[in-house]
Amino acid sequence: MTESARHIASDGEGFTLADEDRRAIEHERDHYEQPQAACIEALKIVQRRHGWVPDAAIPAIAEVLDIGPASVEGVATFYSLIFRQPVGRHVILICDSSSCFLTGYEELGDALDKRLGIGLGQTTADGRFTLLPVCCLGACDRGPAMMIDDDTFGPIAPDDLDELLEAYP
Amino acid sequence: MNAIPKDSRLRYHCQLRQSAAERRADTHPLTWRLREDGARVGLEEYRDKEGYRAAAHALEHCSSADVIDTMKKANVRGRGGGGFSAGVKWGLTQVGDHLPRGYLVCNADEMEPGTFKDRLLLEQLPHLLIEGMIIAGYANRSRFGYIFLRGEYVEAAHSLAVAIEEAREAGWLGSNVAGSGYDFDIALHTGAGRYICGEETALISSLEGKRANPRAKPPFPGQSGAWGKPTVVNNVETLCNAPAVMRHGADWYQGLSGGLSDDGGTKLYGVSGLVERPGLWELPIGTSGREILERAGGMREGHTLKAWLPGGGSTGFLLPEHLDLALDFDTIGQHGSRLGTGLLTVVSERQSIVSLLRNLEQFFARESCGWCTPCRDGLPWTVKLLQALERGEGEQGDIEILEQHTTDLGPGLTFCAHAPGAAMPLESALKYFRDEFERGVTHPPRTAHADPIPVGEV
Repeated sequence: MTESARHIASDGEGFTLADEDRRAIEHERDHYEQPQAACIEALKIVQRRHGWVPDAAIPAIAEVLDIGPASVEGVATFYSLIFRQPVGRHVILICDSSSCFLTGYEELGDALDKRLGIGLGQTTADGRFTLLPVCCLGACDRGPAMMIDDDTFGPIAPDDLDELLEAYP
Repeated sequence: MNAIPKDSRLRYHCQLRQSAAERRADTHPLTWRLREDGARVGLEEYRDKEGYRAAAHALEHCSSADVIDTMKKANVRGRGGGGFSAGVKWGLTQVGDHLPRGYLVCNADEMEPGTFKDRLLLEQLPHLLIEGMIIAGYANRSRFGYIFLRGEYVEAAHSLAVAIEEAREAGWLGSNVAGSGYDFDIALHTGAGRYICGEETALISSLEGKRANPRAKPPFPGQSGAWGKPTVVNNVETLCNAPAVMRHGADWYQGLSGGLSDDGGTKLYGVSGLVERPGLWELPIGTSGREILERAGGMREGHTLKAWLPGGGSTGFLLPEHLDLALDFDTIGQHGSRLGTGLLTVVSERQSIVSLLRNLEQFFARESCGWCTPCRDGLPWTVKLLQALERGEGEQGDIEILEQHTTDLGPGLTFCAHAPGAAMPLESALKYFRDEFERGVTHPPRTAHADPIPVGEV
């Protein structure tokens, strides 16, 4: 995401749905019996461009789907992968479920906290990383596991972190 | 974007522990087609490996009723954890021919803690799932199929999107599938997080673009599901069984378990936790926990087995003495737990049950959709009590309150199976490891009024 895009999105004002995104949402809408079904995908489309979903995007999505803004807001606040405030350039999803817990999630989490200087739900001061917990990642045979953006890794020892994070400037 | 090579030792790549030489078409219907290198099996290769022959046979020679009949006779039981007969479920949409054609939804929202089986099929064998969906859709009169995939399965999304396009171009999806006169297409629907989306009716709410709140049953989705139409929701592994059943018949499928179980077929079993070789295997249903644990090389050096969950975080703890039980739906059900997804999570003697339970209940508390009070309020309360016991700061009466929660959060008192799922490991942990809880109680009741709360029947 470009810095200017982030700036516009952070303002929350002057939000306009990009033409390409509008077309993508309209395309999604056609997959379902009712347009509301494209709501989650629409939020994800906006998020892909801006990094998160600013308040001002909600009525814009509602208009394309011909539903009330409250319906979109209700969905946007329910799902954990829809971000309602700015996140870092890279989002780290750390699996805190049972298998990763049994194979050392807490040590890995502590090492991440120390390495990044942030706790769960926070973003580093330089805006590089946001750290979030996630449901079992389905990588239980290689716990402890985590995702950085679209990539899943495991098992991760605290010593691996430097090498791993380096790849995400 | 990612400078780390794809084959980095760190990067997760879903794999089966059995080699190609071990897997045969007549004994490993789910996995024999997998490539040794773990790459996606494309359309051409899938066709070379007998792909789409079962769907072609079903569409050409069978009526919907014939397919359902075969599935019923084979008694394919739902591999998402419920164990309900797939054939019976498909038949529920047939009640009254006046009903409109509805939807088939593949539940690929694999978020159960300790569960990692469907990922393998989704990433590497997407055409097997598509073929299974064509058969299921034809049988239950669906006009359209959705694959509800969790948002975090990025590679699976790519793999499925490519496969759907390949299948459509080859005439296996779209109007007049393979010249049969049957119209059926599939769309990929990716989620955005929240475990509750895996619950059948919550999944339908989410598919409709709403908050993933569960719905009251009846009406069951078979009569009124997505957009009020008859809807069948099946797990990935369940649907992936359909092609082999249609190709080889119900008797063959029944025979796959080799007398280990009254159920038929194979199961994707796996192990996670502190074992030597965690992983995934396709084995006859009814294989014992001991054999699966042995395939995983046993416990890691310095660890002995204290307890295990047979199939995810919403199943009850079992002990080492239960290792010889057949891992099938009925046997495990008779011993106070559930087969669930059939993926063992093992706990070492050196690990605290109270701490693990705290972790599990935190998961369930966080993932409650908040729709009904016992779940929304009861689960955080459970977590608070477990945190106190874990720190050795529990009060007298805490254990009794936890016991009461196993009743108050149990089946029938909540809207869906989320809270009962959370109550199951709690109940079994209190039964088998009560001493660990008692060690955490170091304080008297906080006030004179805090008499122990009456405990219901547990």
